[in-house]
Amino acid sequence: MASSDPNKNYLNEKSGLMSWLTTLDHKRIGVMYMIAVMFFFLCGGIFAMLLRTELIHAGPTIMNSQQYNQVMTLHGAIMVFMVIIPGIPAFMGNFFLPMQIGAKDVAFPKLNLISWYCLIIGAIVVVASLFYHGVDTGWTFYTPYSIKTMNGTTLVVAGAFIIGFSSILTGLNFVATVHKLRAPGMSFFRMPLFVWALYSTAILQVLATPVLGITLLLLVFERTMGIGIFDPEMGGDPVLFQHFFWFYSHPAVYIMILPAMGVVSELMATFCRKPVFGYKAVAFSSIGIAAVSFFVWGHHMFVSGQSEVAGILFSFITMLVGVPTAIKCFNWVATMYKASIRFDSPFLFALGFLFLFTIGGVTGIMLATIGFDVHVHDTYFVVAHFHYVMVGGTLMAIMGGFYYWLPKMFGRMYNEFWARVTFVLIFVGFNVTFFPQFILGTMGMPRRYFDYLPEYQPLNTISSIGAYTIGTGFLIALFVILHCIFKGEKAPDNPWGARTLEWQTKSPPPHENFYQQPVVTGGPYEYR
Amino acid sequence: MAHDHHDNEHHIIPLGTYFKVLGALLVLTVLTVAASRFDFGSFNTIINIGIASIKASLVLAIFMHLKYDDRLYLVLILTSVFFLIVMYFFSVLDLFTRISQGPIL
Amino acid sequence: MSTANVSHSSSGEYHHHTAHHFENAEAEYNASKFGVWLFLCTEILMFGGLFVGYIIYHQRYPEIFHTGAKFLDWRLGATNTVVLLISSLTMALSIYYAQVNNKKMVLVNLYVTLACAFVFLGIKWIEWSHKIHEGLLPGRLFHYDGPEAAVKDLPMYFGFYFGMTGLHASHVICGMALIVWLIVRAHKGHFGKNYWTPLECVGLFWHLVDLIWIYLFPLLYLIG
Repeated sequence: MASSDPNKNYLNEKSGLMSWLTTLDHKRIGVMYMIAVMFFFLCGGIFAMLLRTELIHAGPTIMNSQQYNQVMTLHGAIMVFMVIIPGIPAFMGNFFLPMQIGAKDVAFPKLNLISWYCLIIGAIVVVASLFYHGVDTGWTFYTPYSIKTMNGTTLVVAGAFIIGFSSILTGLNFVATVHKLRAPGMSFFRMPLFVWALYSTAILQVLATPVLGITLLLLVFERTMGIGIFDPEMGGDPVLFQHFFWFYSHPAVYIMILPAMGVVSELMATFCRKPVFGYKAVAFSSIGIAAVSFFVWGHHMFVSGQSEVAGILFSFITMLVGVPTAIKCFNWVATMYKASIRFDSPFLFALGFLFLFTIGGVTGIMLATIGFDVHVHDTYFVVAHFHYVMVGGTLMAIMGGFYYWLPKMFGRMYNEFWARVTFVLIFVGFNVTFFPQFILGTMGMPRRYFDYLPEYQPLNTISSIGAYTIGTGFLIALFVILHCIFKGEKAPDNPWGARTLEWQTKSPPPHENFYQQPVVTGGPYEYR
Repeated sequence: MAHDHHDNEHHIIPLGTYFKVLGALLVLTVLTVAASRFDFGSFNTIINIGIASIKASLVLAIFMHLKYDDRLYLVLILTSVFFLIVMYFFSVLDLFTRISQGPIL
Repeated sequence: MSTANVSHSSSGEYHHHTAHHFENAEAEYNASKFGVWLFLCTEILMFGGLFVGYIIYHQRYPEIFHTGAKFLDWRLGATNTVVLLISSLTMALSIYYAQVNNKKMVLVNLYVTLACAFVFLGIKWIEWSHKIHEGLLPGRLFHYDGPEAAVKDLPMYFGFYFGMTGLHASHVICGMALIVWLIVRAHKGHFGKNYWTPLECVGLFWHLVDLIWIYLFPLLYLIG
């Protein structure tokens, strides 16, 4: 069975590139996802910097309108499909889900490796589109424009289809793992909240992603054969494309945020040295958010030509989804009450999440209100909203989780001072970039536009300066992480004194995670 | 820890049951073709899908062993079908209630 | 669905090794089955999306769909339905015979399943080549010039026809590849009353292929 040699761990067990590319170890696969996602984030981030540089002044600055549309599309497609969706589940989830439930691996290790290759191959196909005049539709590929526009579109859509399998297979693996591989004594209500979050996400990945698959497939058929399903010239309905697309893409945004909330739960418990307040409420709220997310997609379509009746129904249900979300936020705050808090960087990012996600979430409720949405739809208000929840939310959680779990993954500690520097730069830079965009939106500046009117100039310049700040923060974070992995000080097995199972084994963990099968006799956050 | 399963109470469906189910499926196929010869107006689609669903239930319950398996699998299938219905319902709700130039359907 | 280490005991009998992260073979069998059911859910949602699109447009443009369906031969469709139902039976029987350790009958049933699949594809090929020959193709490729072509947007029907039957046929082909794999393993004596997991998993997939056709047949062929 497991090698009990204390000097052997999953990193040095076998060496050589092939041992990584053919690995079935969930921890190695998690690290491979980490590298892939970091690389894709760098690409998407560079595109973001290009966009903000273009927008620092009105009129063409460094590119023309056609190029702008392509850069804008790729920024969105890369960030959505290759960074934020896989970011936490495929990287941290793969590494830590089995460990947190006391298992030796995920249910289907070979499928796990295949899903990594799906991400890589899909990404290559997406990038290949750049050599075919790219794509300029925005990451949402709305018809009829996406049917008629440039050649690269088919490739990006095909690439997204392949990447979708990565997401489906990961989700399938996680649902099976949670149901079938929990350690003795690990009942559902003794699982860490990160696992509940990943489980809810996995259900979404399994149920929603296939609908994106068929939608993209139909779009490819539409482009190549003109089947007419979404093309009004042939009897099709472009709004139906939007229904099909958002049926997946709305649950997708919850695929993006639920794991982040799971990370925040872990950070709250560990750095407050207290069980998360209202464990069951937080656990059920993950399931609740996942369930309700299927009924709200039409709130992306209030001005598309969708009927008012449908709009009102979607608007009402959307407001309901704020309830389980708020429950989480209140419970996290309650966790902090009378706690002994350590303000290490991971926790700073959790606090940042709480603040920024609240703003993002509340502006989401504002957008759910049809009367308001018709004025700000397709303006920068929406852009600000989703960046607050995805960057202010998910990305902050990724950073927090990253610093938190680095010592466990690599047995080395990161530099706390520079990590705090990254927090300040990212947090401040983020607000400087995106808060002005709420104002720009209410002033009427449209999104996805290459140029703008002079009255929007000052806020755009401020926003771009913020972007450079946040970019600097992430670049420094990259160095902090790389330095930690290769040159960091050796870390103890449990530097945070945390209680979940992954911290009860060595850092870095051995190949089979635990030397002995853990037997669970209590909850996940039993602090004394 | 590598002992194989052996004595499990794995339920084995009797041969006869399998053949009876095939018989029922073939009869239902004849029925669905026969029903298509008559025009039941707006009930046509419902009858079509209804008979198909009875056939599907037999395949699921017996051929796919769902009747004797963990209830969780049935929950999975019903959940999937449920969300398909949601997708259909809200899309059609939109199409049916547009008022721009009169109802589309 | 692990094809983990195989070994043969001194009597030449096959002995399946459970993967290291499962407590025992029973756990592995249950997890594999669960995994396949989850995968079937994804297939239901993918095909289902296509069906939803079909139903919506059928309600919106009844004339297009009734006219299009006239070009389909319900007898060929019904034959294919019967063929697939039989193949579902034989697939289930192969599991039965594994459970009672009858290697010969496992193989017989797998071969019959495969043969049925071939017949299905053969009939599909006949239908498709007829349509291609007549120019009854999706969208832009449509070039039929009979009287029915006067129905506006008729090509949309053939977009759905080829899309749905094509996606289904691609799954039949994948199923056939998997059955061939099973046949190879069955010949080597891998399946018996102690281990038949791959038969179960592929069987579930094959039944899904049958299920989809159970709905496709009335929706495409019997609405004319």
